[in-house]
Amino acid sequence: MIKSELILKIAEQNPHLYHRDVERIIDTIFDEIVGSLASGNRVELRGFGAFSVKKRDARQGRNPRTGQIVDVAEKRVPFFKTGKELHVRLNSPAS
Amino acid sequence: MSDKTLTRADLSEAVQRSVGLSRTESAELVETTLDLISDALVAGENVKLSSFGTFMVRQKNGRMGRNPKTGQEVPIAPRRVLVFRPSQLMKARVNGDAES
Repeated sequence: MIKSELILKIAEQNPHLYHRDVERIIDTIFDEIVGSLASGNRVELRGFGAFSVKKRDARQGRNPRTGQIVDVAEKRVPFFKTGKELHVRLNSPAS
Repeated sequence: MSDKTLTRADLSEAVQRSVGLSRTESAELVETTLDLISDALVAGENVKLSSFGTFMVRQKNGRMGRNPKTGQEVPIAPRRVLVFRPSQLMKARVNGDAES
């Protein structure tokens, strides 16, 4: 499923909403999540999962092609941990 | 850098602000969105949200694990796990690049 399909499904379930409003709703939700992570906060959506940011220390890496040593700066990477309920649903045979 | 965890309530508030729907309806739309994504994933589909990231379902084989504390062997059953791959945009924003 891609974003446009998600938007379509929500629009179908909510015929009273304009398509562009549904687009706006979806963009708002994901923008808000990214914004929160960007300012260093966690996002916790019970049953679905939690987004957090993990810090990766600066390290020395190697250019795999040339073997040359390069410095890799400290960075932050987004991380998602699946919620309990969703994990159970993913692994229940009934689904 | 406020120290605050974002929850469903914050998301529905954001929806309420941006589209001007009622609080209840905004909350329902947030819920519907998460449900639809979950349903697709449970059905084994990957969910690709451009400029956000991709949720992928991976099948893991069963294996023998070990309790690191006791050293006891425990079987780990085959299972499906979710992997999230953030988009380039999300990675950049989390690192303070491409400030938005």
